[in-house]
Amino acid sequence: MVKKTYEEINAKIRAGKAVVVTAEEVISMVREKGLEETAATVDVVTTGTFGPMCSSGVFFNLGHTKPRMRMTRVFFNGVEAYTGIAAVDAYLGATQIPETDPANKAFPGEFNYGGGHVIEELVSGKEVLLEAVSYGTDCYPRKKLEKMISLADIPYAVLFNPRNAYQNYNVAVNLSDRTLYTYMGILKPNLGNANYSTSGQLSPLFNDPFYRTIGMGTKIFLGGGVGYVAWHGTQHHPDVERGENGVPLSPAGTLAVIGDLKQMSSRWLRGVSFLGYGVSLMVGIGIPIPILDEEILKYTAVSDEEIFAPIVDYSEAYPQGTGETLGQVSYAQLRSGEITVGDRKVPTAPLSSYAGAREIASILKEWIKKGEFLLSKPVFTLPLSGEKIDYKGLI
Amino acid sequence: MKQKVVLYFPPNVTEQPFTYYLIKDYNLMVNILKANINPRKEGRAVVEISGEKKDFTAGLDFLQSRGVKVFPLEQEIVWVEERCTHCGACSVICPAGALVLERPEMKVKFYNEKCVVCELCLKACPSRAMEARY
Repeated sequence: MVKKTYEEINAKIRAGKAVVVTAEEVISMVREKGLEETAATVDVVTTGTFGPMCSSGVFFNLGHTKPRMRMTRVFFNGVEAYTGIAAVDAYLGATQIPETDPANKAFPGEFNYGGGHVIEELVSGKEVLLEAVSYGTDCYPRKKLEKMISLADIPYAVLFNPRNAYQNYNVAVNLSDRTLYTYMGILKPNLGNANYSTSGQLSPLFNDPFYRTIGMGTKIFLGGGVGYVAWHGTQHHPDVERGENGVPLSPAGTLAVIGDLKQMSSRWLRGVSFLGYGVSLMVGIGIPIPILDEEILKYTAVSDEEIFAPIVDYSEAYPQGTGETLGQVSYAQLRSGEITVGDRKVPTAPLSSYAGAREIASILKEWIKKGEFLLSKPVFTLPLSGEKIDYKGLI
Repeated sequence: MKQKVVLYFPPNVTEQPFTYYLIKDYNLMVNILKANINPRKEGRAVVEISGEKKDFTAGLDFLQSRGVKVFPLEQEIVWVEERCTHCGACSVICPAGALVLERPEMKVKFYNEKCVVCELCLKACPSRAMEARY
């Protein structure tokens, strides 16, 4: 039996001797050499995902003006940030749209700009218009502010995403006779297409299905820089049905992640627009998985043929929350470009970039191989038992 | 020969007939793929013209002599590669097979010779990597 510790793996990384492979590369290694031999060789498996992750945003501290101002409302290029916290703190959410956006009044709305785009522009070094208003107080008399600012002018900017890197997700189809405009993209009528959104065998939580190595404090690739897992994400729901390999058969675990925005890159934080739905942010995340034993390696060797997602009708079952599915389909079938639903052949499209996920896993691999990125042992791993998690609906 | 071109009609010629003459005087087959007139009365059309090469050249000369500007079609829809995240959402929306998610690379490729300028991709692309240019 192979047993390794975080300390042993980090010592090898520091010495530049760690063997690091991506979650794609490890599949054929295990097939050829078996679990024991591969576990003895490989120290770290890197994963990646690059998809729209709506539950994302940035905490800012904007710095104080002279005279001081308690910023009651704050806008970045017309996109409002939440200010119900201290004087010059604000949280800009990825899906926020400008007040002037007509939204879906002329259906389907275009949603060309929003919080995700502001975040991308700030990270790319562009200036944005900061507008703030206040009611004025004795200690914070200033009432109005308009200023062009760049990320370099802002004292504190931390990306904090309450729900990212979903462990599995629905395959969205449309059984109705009209086109649907959803957060899963455009769904053509009568099973015109099937859209899905995870990176399958490369996706972080598919490679550690029981969260043996991922938890609070796990150091990760986040938006092109370094970040950490902060907590389990909103809607983290590990108690779903799982396959024999432990992989959830429907949306399950999620991550809350955090990192300094100033060291990230607009290559891996991209504002995106969904026709008729809204705006979002594509976030690049990569998580290294330490091969502490053969069982962990076995999980990382999972392939697209062994990962299944539920097919859900977005004309009825999803919006009405009926929980009905039209069956399961493997990520290998999804990635082939065509699946079969009933007796119909349906073309598939991803919303999450597999090429991007592959690149992230490779970048993270290089960072670790060069000794620039050490692994961190989580303070505690993500909750696995439903006892700690309440997942009831509202009504 | 057969070629797709973009025709721009300045306001002063928007109301004149052109398709009729291309067919009758120049023996060309004209397939209008898309046409619109904006509030400033400028017209824009994407047409596929087929016929003998000399007729084609003469027909286009006729259009240009009347003030119509002719542009090659490939200038119309542009794939801004640096904005493309290679997600592939466009691949099931493009009806012409011009936007393809290549496998196994899983990277998007734009075959502009197949593009019919329907412009569905412009709004279907989440990162707005497709642009219409004239």
